[in-house]
Amino acid sequence: MLYREAGQFRATYAEDQQIFPLRQDRIGIAAVLVLAFVVIPLAGNQYWLSAILTPFLIFALAALGLNILTGYAGQLSLGTAAFMAVGAFATYNFVLRVPGIPILAAFALAGICAALVGIAFGLPSLRIKGFYLAVATLAAQFFVLWAIQRIGWITNYSASGVITAQNYSILGIPIETPVSKYVLTLSIVTVLALLAKNLARSETGRAFMAVRDMDVAASVIGIPLMRTKLLAFAISSFYCGVAGALYAYTYLGTVEPEAFNLDLSFRILFMIIIGGVGSVLGSFLGAAFIVLLPIVLNYVVPPISEATGIEISHAIISNLELMVFGGLIIFFLIVEPHGLARLWQIGKEKLRLWPFPH
Amino acid sequence: MSATARTVGLPILVVEGVSLAFGGVKALQGVSFDVREHEIRAIIGPNGAGKSSMLNVINGVYHPQEGTITFRGVSRRGMVVHEAAAQGIGRTFQNIALFRGMTVLDNIMTGRNLKIRSTFLEQAVWLGRARREELAHRRKVEEIIDFLEIQHIRKTPVGRLPYGLQKRVELARALAMEPELLLLDEPMAGMNLEEKQDMCRFVLDVNEQFGTTIVLIEHDMGVVMDISDRVVVLDYGRKIADGTPEEVRANQAVIDAYLGVAH
Amino acid sequence: MGGPVSFFFEVLFSGLLAGVMYSLVALGFVLIYKASGVFNFAQGAMVFFAALTFVSLVERGVNFWLAMAITLAVMIVLGVLTERVVLRPLINQPQITLFMATIGLAFFLEGLSQGIWGSQPHGLDIGIRDEPMEWLAERTGMFLSQFDLFAAAIAAVLVTVLALFFQRTRIGRALRAVADDHQAALAVGIPLKQIWAIVWAVAGFVALVAGLLWGARTGVQFALTFVALKALPVLILGGFESIAGAIVGGLIIGASEKLAEVYLGPYVGGGIESWFPYVLALAFLLIRPEGLFGEKHIDRV
Repeated sequence: MLYREAGQFRATYAEDQQIFPLRQDRIGIAAVLVLAFVVIPLAGNQYWLSAILTPFLIFALAALGLNILTGYAGQLSLGTAAFMAVGAFATYNFVLRVPGIPILAAFALAGICAALVGIAFGLPSLRIKGFYLAVATLAAQFFVLWAIQRIGWITNYSASGVITAQNYSILGIPIETPVSKYVLTLSIVTVLALLAKNLARSETGRAFMAVRDMDVAASVIGIPLMRTKLLAFAISSFYCGVAGALYAYTYLGTVEPEAFNLDLSFRILFMIIIGGVGSVLGSFLGAAFIVLLPIVLNYVVPPISEATGIEISHAIISNLELMVFGGLIIFFLIVEPHGLARLWQIGKEKLRLWPFPH
Repeated sequence: MSATARTVGLPILVVEGVSLAFGGVKALQGVSFDVREHEIRAIIGPNGAGKSSMLNVINGVYHPQEGTITFRGVSRRGMVVHEAAAQGIGRTFQNIALFRGMTVLDNIMTGRNLKIRSTFLEQAVWLGRARREELAHRRKVEEIIDFLEIQHIRKTPVGRLPYGLQKRVELARALAMEPELLLLDEPMAGMNLEEKQDMCRFVLDVNEQFGTTIVLIEHDMGVVMDISDRVVVLDYGRKIADGTPEEVRANQAVIDAYLGVAH
Repeated sequence: MGGPVSFFFEVLFSGLLAGVMYSLVALGFVLIYKASGVFNFAQGAMVFFAALTFVSLVERGVNFWLAMAITLAVMIVLGVLTERVVLRPLINQPQITLFMATIGLAFFLEGLSQGIWGSQPHGLDIGIRDEPMEWLAERTGMFLSQFDLFAAAIAAVLVTVLALFFQRTRIGRALRAVADDHQAALAVGIPLKQIWAIVWAVAGFVALVAGLLWGARTGVQFALTFVALKALPVLILGGFESIAGAIVGGLIIGASEKLAEVYLGPYVGGGIESWFPYVLALAFLLIRPEGLFGEKHIDRV
């Protein structure tokens, strides 16, 4: 079937305001969901589920969180990993200290904790902008990690701050296998992505973008800058917090504070630059790209090394990875600042006309 | 709306003794004037006379060091910008201040933000009140889109539009606020004759059909004389004349200010 | 002498001297920011790159001064290339975009330097030992490293040279004009691109000096890239546009960081150096958003 909207008429504003107005898009989304929820759990092998797909979903969620703040509301943050850390360690404490708490409630409460921390570190955004703010968010990055490492209570006085996720179950079903962890992650990420998409197309999203594009004009038409920016910090940090909780509970299992270092924050920033700033889809594309790139390099480089006779060590591959990341960031910023999501959209627009040139 | 909407009433905005300085630069010095309900009030003056600063003081972007602004009986000196919007003051800018990353429709929809009651949580689940509001406001915005004749570009990102249309979208966004007082900063600057005629028509229609009180800055004297009820003239931050277009045109101080005078 | 007062001054002075090292890195940021409005996050990576290149050359038997000259040449080429390949295509983009591009550049340089020279840490000996000076200790009871004093002297010389360069030379005047207003500078015939290339080259030189001093102190290893993170609060405090700000900011951060670690650290579990400068700078920002020496901008609408 061709990707074309001919014959699809939207006669009411309600129809025009649907989340996916094009029939082909709705079918496409449905197909992806069926694939993700049914086919992959049945067919996917353990390695793919636990080492690639689950972390991909978690990174996509964190990238989505950062995208809400940076892409939609225009406030650059370099402290994403810190908010994830808050989510992970808060979940650990809720499960540890509140007997019988449902795990989903613990995730949600941990997200709220991250949101509160986000609001606290978002306060400077009321007075400072741009990279001044970016530097200010570094304060969050360093302070939060320091606090987790130094305040023994947070890690239940474990050696070097390492925590191990407790066992948990949902509706009596223990979540232990890679498949169940994947499905849990997928469900949470799907719901949160849907909510983010709704938020982006309603008043809150428009207010975010208005503040991003021109803050003076936004306040002149009545958008309160302070509330809007803090809301962006809160929602963004909530998403990052939940992503951090999943990072500990469905991906790593055992996690130390250092796992949430500045490098992770940068990686998530790269995801949204490559995937697409200000795009829900872009968060997923960027996460997929960054998760897959090292794997692809590891597959591609050794054969090249054998064929050419040049010895390429493991260290060189990881340095190559840094160079490719850095190079791609510059490339995308120069050539396509809206990232893969924009390329996807251009592709769709071409497809609408295909096979006719005009 | 009825023709009575056009009847000029009592003062809705009173500016008294406003002085504003940036460091050593005195942008405004003791300026006083009033704006009556439903009238079209022009502010004119040479470049650097303080016209835009005056609008910025009225809607709270700048806070004057002296003087008061009384809008609908409420006096104040400085205020947070978004409060002016809540009081019913709309505004367009000399250099277009649209949200460049958004479509025309979304830009205009932002003008409705003060009227939306649903919380972000309701909007995230897109049910009940949030959905109803979104629809109701869309309907209202579509009326404005029809009024300003920009149906054909509603889903175009504003950055791609030509200058004249951007100006019109900015007016649409201000109208979406349903303001009682509309401040227009050079709405016709840089337009060709036809575009100017269109814009004049829209300004007059807004004033007549919605009864909106309008304060506008304009350099084109023909336009000012044709559409405004009364004119304030500023020069070097001071008011040098105030009255009907005819009175202002005959005022010697105004002629001197525009043509220059031997000191 | 001796006792708590002397100890206080010892901490204070060693903090100030450490602060000079921060200033040195911050200086590289300020130079580029002043001339091209770019907040160059890759400055830390440049420091690392310079130090690693230098030390690798020396280890391969290249003469000290020759290695210095080669590294300088490499840094200048790198600076010019950066201006050409990364920044020129991004002209007129929002500052934040340029900032993100330099984060990309930082990653690229980190990968490149380790890709070429390997990732193992190196020691770097520039002939000054990191030991307390005996004569000072004997007379005042304060233990201050002669290396710190040496570094401070180098930094002072560098700043003086740069200040003279900015104030007295034709290029310096052109540079200040560019910093003031790009358009106006172009209009009076200042070759903007050439000036930018010069600035990037100078920044490369500053990175080399900082790289040698930091490398000699901490060893040449990947962690050297983090000195940029130390310089950021300095910049916030001092303002991005002021060389004087970079110096004073560095001193304040260095001193307060050490004092806080010694007098406050024990109460909160130590290790507060990682975030204390940031919190200090942040608190300061809330009072004076443009920094100590920064210029206040009025938003025109």
